[in-house]
Amino acid sequence: MSFSATKLAQPLTLNTTALITKQEGLEVYEDMVLGRTFEDMCAQMYYRGKMFGFVHLYNGQEAVSTGFIKLLKKEDSVASTYRDHVHALSKGVSARAVMSELFGKKTGCCRGQGGSMHMFSKEHNVLGGFAFIGEGIPVATGAAFTSKYRREVLKEADCDHVTVAFFGDGTCNNGQFFECLNMAALWKLPIIFVVENNLWAIGMSHLRATSDPEIWKKGPAFGMPGVHVDGMDVLKVREVAKEAIGRARRGEGPTLVECETYRFRGHSLADPDELRDPAEKAHYAARDPITALKKYLLENNLASEPELKAIDKRIDELIEDAVEFADESPFPARSQLLENVFADPKGFGIGPDGRYRCEDPKFTEGTAHV
Amino acid sequence: MAATSLRRFGRSLCWVSRRGLSTSCDDKVVQQNGKSMNLYSAINQALHIALETDTRAYVFGEDVGFGGVFRCTTGLADRFGKSRVFNTPLCEQGIIGFAIGLAAMGNRAIAEIQFADYIFPAFDQIVNEAAKFRYRSGNQFNCGGLTIRAPYGAVGHGGHYHSQSPEAFFCHIPGIKVVIPRSPHQAKGLLLSCIRDPNPIVFFEPKWLYRLAVEEVPEHDFMLPLSEAEVVREGSDITLLGWGAQLSIMEQACLDAEKEGISCELIDLKTLIPWDKETVESSVRKTGRLLISHEAPVTGGFGAEISASIVERCFSRLEAPVARVCGLDTPFPLIFEPFYMPTKNKILDAIKSTVNY
Ligand SMILES: Cc1ncc(C[n+]2csc(CCOP(=O)(O)OP(=O)(O)O)c2C)c(N)n1
Ligand SMILES: [Mg+2]
Repeated sequence: MSFSATKLAQPLTLNTTALITKQEGLEVYEDMVLGRTFEDMCAQMYYRGKMFGFVHLYNGQEAVSTGFIKLLKKEDSVASTYRDHVHALSKGVSARAVMSELFGKKTGCCRGQGGSMHMFSKEHNVLGGFAFIGEGIPVATGAAFTSKYRREVLKEADCDHVTVAFFGDGTCNNGQFFECLNMAALWKLPIIFVVENNLWAIGMSHLRATSDPEIWKKGPAFGMPGVHVDGMDVLKVREVAKEAIGRARRGEGPTLVECETYRFRGHSLADPDELRDPAEKAHYAARDPITALKKYLLENNLASEPELKAIDKRIDELIEDAVEFADESPFPARSQLLENVFADPKGFGIGPDGRYRCEDPKFTEGTAHV
Repeated sequence: MAATSLRRFGRSLCWVSRRGLSTSCDDKVVQQNGKSMNLYSAINQALHIALETDTRAYVFGEDVGFGGVFRCTTGLADRFGKSRVFNTPLCEQGIIGFAIGLAAMGNRAIAEIQFADYIFPAFDQIVNEAAKFRYRSGNQFNCGGLTIRAPYGAVGHGGHYHSQSPEAFFCHIPGIKVVIPRSPHQAKGLLLSCIRDPNPIVFFEPKWLYRLAVEEVPEHDFMLPLSEAEVVREGSDITLLGWGAQLSIMEQACLDAEKEGISCELIDLKTLIPWDKETVESSVRKTGRLLISHEAPVTGGFGAEISASIVERCFSRLEAPVARVCGLDTPFPLIFEPFYMPTKNKILDAIKSTVNY
């Protein structure tokens, strides 16, 4: 595959040599179903009042998360946005830990301290959901620098870790995006900038917000390859991802990948989604990435209906279990409010008795300060 | 200023049952042609009037074209056209820098930042350019036509990034005015004043009240004066001072304190910079006590500045230390929001301990 300024947007080609092994196919399918089912459950739980904060779902975009993240190693890092549940799941954070976080529970991946837009996992190298537009991109760039430094300066030969930054089309009109394309190319960093172009930024159409809507073209402008890929086709995404990740691992520098995708729900669960044309929605609904993969697996004899059904069932159970787990988990102690503001809690929030002041029943009486 | 507040003595207040502090309802204009509306509709009306009365006024920001995420700009693009009401890309620093340039060319640039939490990418432009444009150019240029609107404050479930109250940062930059309304009537009158004021202004809108606060608002074009605080409730034992959504919480605390025989005077500061020291001072001279309340964290909050100024001016009149009931010194929390917030009970407790000092 040639990388510089290549446009890859052909329809799914069937009956060619299989692009994926059976085992890979099942893993990819399972991860996409996990993302979809998890998000559908989130919607239910949100409307039942179980979740706090603003909740943005990923339905429709699964091929991007799965296509990239399932090719990563545990040591590789991922930076996400406020639409971050599924990136965390693909990276290996358990459904229990993500659901509990959304419920604001102690067992959540951030101890219930963040909630929906704030997924972090030290264990799985999830560098965070970044709720502010563009802010995850420079953070990811800094993380990528570390990998390069460890390998090239500290001579840690096995440190070939890469970082993947995910963000939306609207975010590509923010200065931080351009600043980071420059830094990453300048310093040849092992990073992949993955644009999830779902054509909309809340109510702003990409085509009306961007002077040149072909985002991938901005890669070559900064001296790195830019690729456009059909983000509703997980196999194509995987192909592009393999190449870009390989490039980064080999120390050949960054890549910008624009994945054309679509979100099947409103911007957030508070959005009535009245602005998008029903015909546009129907067009993309017909290109559901999970349905497409299923069809491919069946037609290429990589999986049977019962095998896929068994996966669906297993995921349903997993999500049910995650909800039960989150529901039954305790809320964090009050002291959580004051913990982790500074590294050292002494001198902040700690009373003369050595306990957090907020644990003092009198604390709510207004005159006590942290 | 003291005279202004004296003129307001004896005014009966009309409170709506919903959350949100109403403006006094004995205003004749209100009775003549007022219409019951919520805060976002009042903002919307002010923007309509601003664009109608000044052909060099523009409204822009993220998603404003379709009415904005809080519906404040509904109908504007249809009415005034897409060259005066338009969406910007997602680039706050660019939005505000652009607005400064537009204003410097003699226009009224009304820029929306979708949430006050998202104003920080534009902080540099506000601090270094907007605030100093007149000063730096020796008054050859100014960006006085600039008004930045941003929804601020808690909403009950907003979490870290949809709840913050960043007003104090903007009070630390000479050259910028900061205004926060408490109700629909106030929002309309103050916003029109801000848009027409010859200085750049940051106007924070209490998003919790967008739908919840409903009151009679005059339909016509009117302005409420900047830098004039308002005594919204008379009292003799303690002065309570706040702004925005916090006013309604403080009002509830006043009512509870009254049941316990404590008479509270409640003042809405409205304009934080430059603030009406005279009205606050004359009230504190009368009551001898001051309590300030805001949602932002207590340390370095604007309450600290008020406290220092009032101690300087009224030291010998004070019968108790100035009390501050504010947000805690933590990031805005997710599930512990009620615990973080300067709630009615916390205010009531502080009223009692200040009065019994
Ligand atoms: C600095 C900043 N400004 C504004 C917002 C409000 N906001 C949240 S999501 C969003 C649209 C983002 O669109 P896009 O980058 O295309 O991502 P998508 O939501 O489509 O995944 C906006 C404007 C924000 N979160 N941060
Ligand atoms: Mg988008």
